[in-house]
Amino acid sequence: MSRFVAKSIVIGVISLWMIVSASASNAEDTVVFENAEFNHQCFKCHGQKTYHYFNEASGKVVKERMNPYFVMDSIEFYQSNHKSFMCTDCHSSDYENFPHNGELRMEQKFNCMDCHGGDDTYAQYQFERIEEEFQASVHSTKHSDEFTCWMCHNPHSYKINARNNDNINDVIVYDNNICLSCHANLDKYQLISDLTNPNVLVTHEWLPNQALHFSKVRCIECHTEIDKEMLIAHKVQVKEKAVRRCVECHSQNSLLMATLYKFETAEKRNKLGFFNATILSDHYIIGANRNYYLNVASLIIFGFVLLGITIHAIIRIMTK
Amino acid sequence: MEQKLYLYPVWLRIWHWANAVLFLLLLFTGLSLQYSSVEFSFIDFDLAVTMHNVSGIVITIAYFMFVFGNRFTSNGRFYKAKRKGYILDLMVQIKYYIYGIFVHQKTPFPVTGNRKFNPLQKLSYVASMYFLLPILILSGFALIFPEIIIKNVFGMSGIHLTGLVHISSGFALSIFLFIHVYFCTIGKTPLSNFKSMINGWH
Repeated sequence: MSRFVAKSIVIGVISLWMIVSASASNAEDTVVFENAEFNHQCFKCHGQKTYHYFNEASGKVVKERMNPYFVMDSIEFYQSNHKSFMCTDCHSSDYENFPHNGELRMEQKFNCMDCHGGDDTYAQYQFERIEEEFQASVHSTKHSDEFTCWMCHNPHSYKINARNNDNINDVIVYDNNICLSCHANLDKYQLISDLTNPNVLVTHEWLPNQALHFSKVRCIECHTEIDKEMLIAHKVQVKEKAVRRCVECHSQNSLLMATLYKFETAEKRNKLGFFNATILSDHYIIGANRNYYLNVASLIIFGFVLLGITIHAIIRIMTK
Repeated sequence: MEQKLYLYPVWLRIWHWANAVLFLLLLFTGLSLQYSSVEFSFIDFDLAVTMHNVSGIVITIAYFMFVFGNRFTSNGRFYKAKRKGYILDLMVQIKYYIYGIFVHQKTPFPVTGNRKFNPLQKLSYVASMYFLLPILILSGFALIFPEIIIKNVFGMSGIHLTGLVHISSGFALSIFLFIHVYFCTIGKTPLSNFKSMINGWH
């Protein structure tokens, strides 16, 4: 009997602890977005694949499919850079009325610089320099005004990634998916180009271990002109200017340290002696991750071997 | 007149020189990859990768030839060591190399039809051919197909660990190469052992 009571107490204490810790962590996890209630009016329809409304003419509630291009993922939105926005911060307040006025579709959309340009609040992000680089990039020069920031940075979902994310693999996948959203998607690609979408697998056939390169580095590592003062390069180059020399990355002065690993710790060599050690948390790059101590040790061993051979040979000759 | 011994059959000599040339190619291209630089490189990185991979595959085929040759011909017996008294024999041989050779002592384990290698040679050849080279080959193939390597080993990148194993075993074998070439000059004449590996006769 006493064993039963003891077991019950233990189970009870553990259960209580689990309930308390779960509710505590729920409280910590809960984030309130100031405009969530207002935005919910939009997400009620635009966050779903279907929506319904009361049709006054027929006197019935009608259920319709939502145009998939107008469906917004509310979870992505509330994780994005613009999570604190009201929908009508960027879209006309006339959208508050339903049915929406058809002419609202013709409204001029904001671009990044309308809000971020010339504002000291955003000075650290160097939007003006990003704009300059973008204007000089192949995306702008070949596609003029049709190519806007939104082509790559979806305002409803884009989030700063590289400098906030500890998992470099996630950063790579996220950033490469931005490029692939056009370069592996003919529908979007042909919005701004009549060209046949080149198959990136075919155009990169020359790249050894292609799958490994695609999963371990971002497209922009090779396809942008690196400016060390920029947080992230935006000057996408014509393909002829893309990095093709392996040693640009596979060397002690690997350009990856100025791009992909820019936001990692700036140390050149860690305590264990590995050059560009930040790479080693997940990856290994031949040529870039040589080890200082192993280099020294191998030179010393090699030196002693040569010295031993030389001394042995000299004594052999002298005692011949 | 001393009787000549036919110790190096044709297959062994072909394997030996193929192995030597391929190993030098691998060493040269491997160093070029490890110490690649934008400013200077012995050889273009992509060419070095191709040469290194191709040489690695060919040296593996040659290695199988060596293993099969030793398994199915009498040459394999030279690599087998008796356990009893081996350490003592090893010490005698080391003592000879660091002292006896200079005072013109007779070699303690002269080459005969049944004993091609002295105890030190036997140890270094077995360690090189049946321990270091297999490690080098296995880690090399893993690096050719990096997707098969375990991603994370106790918090360390599996590819990095494999790279370290490959480079370290390659370095150890390159040290063996230098010592091997030098010790080959310890023959009747400095070139006699090299000639033996060409014509087969010791």
